[in-house]
Amino acid sequence: MSPFTLKVLPVALAAAAVPVGLSQQAVFGDTQRHPIAMTVTLPPGSITYPTPGEFLKEGRPQGNPRLERQLDRPLEIMAYQVGAADYADCVSAGGCQPAQETRAIPSNAPVTGVSYLDANAYARWYSQVTGDQWRLPSDEEWAFAAAERFAGEFEGVENDASNPARRWLTSYKAEVDLNRKPDPLPKSRGSFGFNSLGLADFSGNVWEWTSTCYVRTTLAADGSGVASSVDNCGVHVLEGLHRAYMSNFVSDGKSGGCAVGTPPDNLGFRLVRDHSGWASRILGWLGIV
Amino acid sequence: MITRREALFGAAIGAAGAAALPAFSATVTKADIRGLPRGKIKLVAPPFVHPHDQVAKGGPKVVEFTMTIEEKPVVIDADGTTLNAMTYNGSIPGPLMVVHQDDYVELTLINPDTNSLAHNIDFHAATGALGGGVLTLINPGEQVTLRFKATRTGTFVYHCAPGGAMIPWHVVSGMSGAIMVLPRDGLRNDKGEPVKYDKIFYIGETDFYIPRDEKGNFKSYESAGDGYDDIVKVMRGLIPTHVVFNGKVGSLTGDNAMKAKVGETVLIVHSQANRDTRPHLIGGHGDYVWEQGKFANPPSKDLETWFIRGGSAGSALYTFLQPGIYAYVNHNLIEAVELGATAHFMVEGEWDDDLMTQVEAPKPIVTN
Repeated sequence: MSPFTLKVLPVALAAAAVPVGLSQQAVFGDTQRHPIAMTVTLPPGSITYPTPGEFLKEGRPQGNPRLERQLDRPLEIMAYQVGAADYADCVSAGGCQPAQETRAIPSNAPVTGVSYLDANAYARWYSQVTGDQWRLPSDEEWAFAAAERFAGEFEGVENDASNPARRWLTSYKAEVDLNRKPDPLPKSRGSFGFNSLGLADFSGNVWEWTSTCYVRTTLAADGSGVASSVDNCGVHVLEGLHRAYMSNFVSDGKSGGCAVGTPPDNLGFRLVRDHSGWASRILGWLGIV
Repeated sequence: MITRREALFGAAIGAAGAAALPAFSATVTKADIRGLPRGKIKLVAPPFVHPHDQVAKGGPKVVEFTMTIEEKPVVIDADGTTLNAMTYNGSIPGPLMVVHQDDYVELTLINPDTNSLAHNIDFHAATGALGGGVLTLINPGEQVTLRFKATRTGTFVYHCAPGGAMIPWHVVSGMSGAIMVLPRDGLRNDKGEPVKYDKIFYIGETDFYIPRDEKGNFKSYESAGDGYDDIVKVMRGLIPTHVVFNGKVGSLTGDNAMKAKVGETVLIVHSQANRDTRPHLIGGHGDYVWEQGKFANPPSKDLETWFIRGGSAGSALYTFLQPGIYAYVNHNLIEAVELGATAHFMVEGEWDDDLMTQVEAPKPIVTN
């Protein structure tokens, strides 16, 4: 057992299921009584991954450029998606709108039926009650944490200047080839297992909001970089079994999608904790400071 | 809960109605019909259609069909909502039957004793006896054979009509389908010139009325009869909870998307046994549309959206000109997107720049 866990009150979290060496367990903060979510702190590192958004070059859609991203600070991220019970606390406290979820779901399920706006409201409230800075992960932070569970875009395999339909068809088929049946009902947290970094439920049946805006980028024809780009922060990137882009106010993945394509089963989120004072906090727990 | 006993009682009332009719077994044409060639058709589940000639070979025949009624729970959306379905041959809609004008349709309808309700079939293509409904009412454990002459050409709905409140309930539980009676010399356009299709798809649109619990979630029931009272309450509101193609949200998308090629001519037969609808092929058209479905009338040309009256089947002929993914929808877009009435066509082929091209890709607005 990690020494951290001995000081922990694991409230409403399936602590026993977590690989302990990688996890820092739930604790009560110094100044309030709300349980703090179990998190995992990932050391700095880098990933090479397809950046989100839509890319054009000479007027033609391009595969999302695979770029190396450096994360030069540790990333502390919730081991599990935010739970339905945690979110309900925010609703009771008046910090959040009720989730658009009326189905009978397990008591330990992640919250679902939440929009980008809901996720941010929760982060604000949770920061207040814990005294820490919590926020949605950026898309690249999410991809870094998801590790081998990161899937990215469905990309059209072919890019034929004379036949734009090839891209639409290959992309549609790529989704079909996943042969994935809808899996609509949220399950208890942990049901989709852990990734190699000890984080639970990535790319299960709950897609997660990120803080990254949809962006359309025109790449320079000579390959020298970005010629222009237009952000649309009314739409944010969701990650999961495949990448999705949805309007901020949408809480149901099925009605937020396009005319064609496979929509997310459910929309939820997890948060990251910004690291100011983090090291001294640990030292504090250990009784060193 | 409707018991077997009540189901039988319902059947007895129907039988009393039938008793007033003359016995059809001894008509003068019987000997003539006996001399006709016979063919047996094996029906296939929609959206596919059994093999058939577009232009009839030879004279009128007796065309034999068999359909078995299956009552069974069917999942109708991605959330796992379950309908206690009643089906012709196990599919919603029932299979499309194809014959030619002046053929005799001879249907054997089977109601296995594993079912709990009495059923029948009313053919809009048939003449007399409530479309055959009076002559085909059968209890679980019974079968019946009906013959009718296909006198009029076109696409026609068939549906279950076992009397009174049972009629709409059986229909919105899945019991409808269509028959296509082709002119013996095939389809003709508005100028009377022959037209042919390379492929045919049958899309049956159905409206479902699934009760919700106090939280707003869809309820499920152990048997069709258990849900009857609740369902009728929702039906009376006239607002469906689901409007779907081929029995389920997404039954004709993804892996089940319909496939065609640029240059292929496709006939899309669309039925709705209960409620008006308005099919639209996004990015395409109806080259020739028999909106009312009856081939004796010249088809309308170049339609953007066509109107299928509740209780009818229409058909649209279209030659695909451009590759891509097409959505075929009920263009009440709320019904298409929120309630389920969307299908997809995957069309392979060469892009025609002349028909459409993106002159300039999206870019930041140019300011002077």
